[in-house]
Amino acid sequence: MLLIDCPYCGPRPEIEFTYGGEAHRARPADPAALSDEEWAGYLYLRRNPKGRHAERWRHAHGCGRFFNALRDTVSDAFLATYRVNETPPPPTIGPEAAA
Amino acid sequence: MAELLRTLPLADFAPLTGRPVRLVAAAPAARFVLRARGPAAAAAAPALGTPLPAIACRAAVAGELAALWLGPDEWLLLAPAAAGAALHARLVAALGGMAHALTDIGHRQGAMLLSGPAATATLNAGCPLDFDPEAFPVGMCTRTVLARAEVVLWRTGAEAFRIEAGRSFLPYVWRFLEEAATASAAA
Ligand SMILES: [Zn+2]
Repeated sequence: MLLIDCPYCGPRPEIEFTYGGEAHRARPADPAALSDEEWAGYLYLRRNPKGRHAERWRHAHGCGRFFNALRDTVSDAFLATYRVNETPPPPTIGPEAAA
Repeated sequence: MAELLRTLPLADFAPLTGRPVRLVAAAPAARFVLRARGPAAAAAAPALGTPLPAIACRAAVAGELAALWLGPDEWLLLAPAAAGAALHARLVAALGGMAHALTDIGHRQGAMLLSGPAATATLNAGCPLDFDPEAFPVGMCTRTVLARAEVVLWRTGAEAFRIEAGRSFLPYVWRFLEEAATASAAA
């Protein structure tokens, strides 16, 4: 079973977690000033990269908290997890950095 | 006018005894969820008789009261049923004017007590957590998933666990553990 390292509880089985979409998306400060295309971009468009991806996850059946994770979308490996008020770890972690 | 009667969901379930696993319904309890941070969390200590545990997934016990860490600002408070009203009054007085949420969940969930040498094997039939004493020591507690039902597990002894589950899930969780215990005993 895949273990996910909750920044509060430590490594826990994946069945305790739910996925929360792409991380670090800031809501525009003044939505009324945006064009329809810009607003639709904020609402609907996501990066969907192949490889390293910063995501929100929630330890729904644990401490209940949202946190962020760096996950490789090809291998499904979790490279790092961190709290929402923390900056993402530098891109020197994970198998690519070691290579 | 109809009379309100309190019914206990596990009242008709015969305890499991005489096996490597014991399973009994816990006594009716008062339960609260306290959400608080910083000064408000600290202010609850005198009302409880113990500081709220600050370490993740740990329980603090003061006599018959217990405070279980559920999240960074969330605790499950357990007390004997008869002590609930007084505990609530003490907390309301201690936390007055401070930002917090104190919710009575006494009738939302119930509990059963699982113990014996095969207790961890029985839990592992429906829960993938590591119950090695190094990974899950006595005094550890956590919300988790047991056979798809959300529960709060609290290790109260080397071979003893308290399992809190939603009221409507209690018969299902009980039957699951009963079947798993029978399999553990046969193994
Ligand atoms: Zn957690």
